[in-house]
Amino acid sequence: LGRAKRILITGVSSFLGLEVAQRLAKDDEVEALIGVDFEEPPATLEKLEFVRADIRSPLIARVLDSTEIDTLIHTNITSHPSRLGGRSQMKENNVIGTLQLLAAAQRARKLKRVIMKSSTAVYGLGPKEPSIVREDHDNRHTQLYGYGKDCAEAETNVRDFARRREDVDVVILRTQSLLGPTVRTNMTDYLSLPVIPTALGYDPRLQLVHEEDAVDAFVHATHEAPKGIFNIAGRGVVFLSKAIRMLGKIPVRMPYPAAASGGALLRRLGVVDFPPDQLPFLIYGRVVDARRAQEEFGFTARYTTEQAIADFRDRALRGREAQPESVMGSV
Amino acid sequence: VQRVPNDNVIRLDARRPPQRCGATTTTGRPCRNNALEGQAYCRVHQRQAVADATPSGGDVPEQPDDQSSRLDGLRSFIGRRLKGDYPVDEFGYDDQLTREVLLPMLRPLYENYFRVRTLGVGRIPAQGSALLVGNHSGTIPLDAVMMQYAVATEHPSKRVVRSVGADLVWATPFISHLARKTGSAVACEEDAYALLERDQLVAVFPEGFKGVGKGWSERYRLQRFGRGGFIEVALRARVPIVPVAIVGAEEAYPMVANAKALATLLRFPYFPITPTFPLLGPLGLLPLPSRWVIEFGEPIPMDQYPEDAADDKMFVFELTDSIRDRIQQMVYKGLKYRGSAFL
Repeated sequence: LGRAKRILITGVSSFLGLEVAQRLAKDDEVEALIGVDFEEPPATLEKLEFVRADIRSPLIARVLDSTEIDTLIHTNITSHPSRLGGRSQMKENNVIGTLQLLAAAQRARKLKRVIMKSSTAVYGLGPKEPSIVREDHDNRHTQLYGYGKDCAEAETNVRDFARRREDVDVVILRTQSLLGPTVRTNMTDYLSLPVIPTALGYDPRLQLVHEEDAVDAFVHATHEAPKGIFNIAGRGVVFLSKAIRMLGKIPVRMPYPAAASGGALLRRLGVVDFPPDQLPFLIYGRVVDARRAQEEFGFTARYTTEQAIADFRDRALRGREAQPESVMGSV
Repeated sequence: VQRVPNDNVIRLDARRPPQRCGATTTTGRPCRNNALEGQAYCRVHQRQAVADATPSGGDVPEQPDDQSSRLDGLRSFIGRRLKGDYPVDEFGYDDQLTREVLLPMLRPLYENYFRVRTLGVGRIPAQGSALLVGNHSGTIPLDAVMMQYAVATEHPSKRVVRSVGADLVWATPFISHLARKTGSAVACEEDAYALLERDQLVAVFPEGFKGVGKGWSERYRLQRFGRGGFIEVALRARVPIVPVAIVGAEEAYPMVANAKALATLLRFPYFPITPTFPLLGPLGLLPLPSRWVIEFGEPIPMDQYPEDAADDKMFVFELTDSIRDRIQQMVYKGLKYRGSAFL
């Protein structure tokens, strides 16, 4: 196991991609850092060489081969259908994109390591799903849709790749929803609403991961970490009702069908980008077992779920309140 | 091939019939409750007798002090709850809420209404994990609730029982929420194993809906024990199995018929018709005041079997059957011991 020297990061304009790139840029042993995305990253880095490209284009194959990269960090899997112009575009990017990226990567002779960002959405949501899900769980009871299905299919692509290139170590990180002062996810959008719609009679457990911890996990995966599939999550759970109280928000409890159509309305109005396939989350919640990451992979989140929520409240919500033009004011 | 030891035959131990309480009630009639083991009075009167025996009076200012400190305690408790300052474990179990609010609310039901007699609670290990396997009956799973109360109050280390609930529980509003907070988990092998790994006391009712939803004519006859999944989990986790017999739940909600068409319509596993429900409307939901006996049997160690015993399906089936038989015998014994169902 050597340290990564020449690294390519996809999805470098997103929070996770850019933060990981920033951390790796500070590492003197990293010789080359190439970032790929459709749009310019919000910040420029001295060491980062940005390539504007779609991961589905043949350009990627040329970039991969000519730059002789040894490590590929694939973070370009999105849960925001609207950002890419619709669900079919999103699937195209997530599944076909991963497939073509890996096809190109298979020819990169110097490649030693592939790290893929997946999500705990690969575990279904339903009344029969275990309260604490481990990495080896199989979805016997629940059909996956949308984002979760994309992640599962992209993972299958990565595992197939691992079979074809046995000399490459593959790490798949299934992260819980990210939360923190800077990141914007479906979860942060949801928790930033002035009044928070919940399903009447249900109180799901929230388990989140602080943005700094998520970045740490990817940096850790880049260097000398064991291969495998790992759940990345903060310790402990917080009931949604308690999280709402911690944030000083007002819950609006509505019967689940109404919540579902209300969610559709909010999505249409562009207030939230909560994927419809994740709505059962408001009933069942999703908690994973992060012990394998701790014991085998050597990563432990520093923030508990509760601390991540508190940090989000103190630095994201109160920070935004200071800006008058923001619509994300707290009540 | 592993042989299951033939210890299915339970010796009917020569336990004396329970003594009646020696006190007179406020109405002047002799108390009809059973006396506590080795005591002259029942649970209610024993407490009174102890209170009468301890000298009081003289310390007049002590009582208000005590009350105000209790009030302070209550105030800070409510304050903490409102602020959301309380811990829950990964399963969502809220120890504070369960022990300080919900379980005390069940006390009248347990002590005065069902007059539960709990036997052998000390056989449950004081620490470490164990799998409690019980018989399931009575339309609404009150038996699980009463068992949790019994162990939380009568066991020397006041242990909490973590039961597992079927998918219907988790899909039902309010119920699912309450089940989470009181320590339940999903009825699947993963959750049972995860709880056992965390040194918890896990309760399973392998009969499932076949148990709670069986008719009055089938009362106290144990149904098939699922697919042996939980026995397999105990074998893998190498934790002892404690057989539990619950007598009394059958009469609390005697299900005389099952409205199958209505059940299909409402997507329930069964729709019970009891002598009072739906005849008396919501009032019919009130359980009948049956007398209950809960007996915890001698733990059956699982580490006496080889490590790979869980992979031997035939062995798992045999073991499952022998545990089922053992609980069935305990139920018959408990019925005999209880005597009249309501008086």
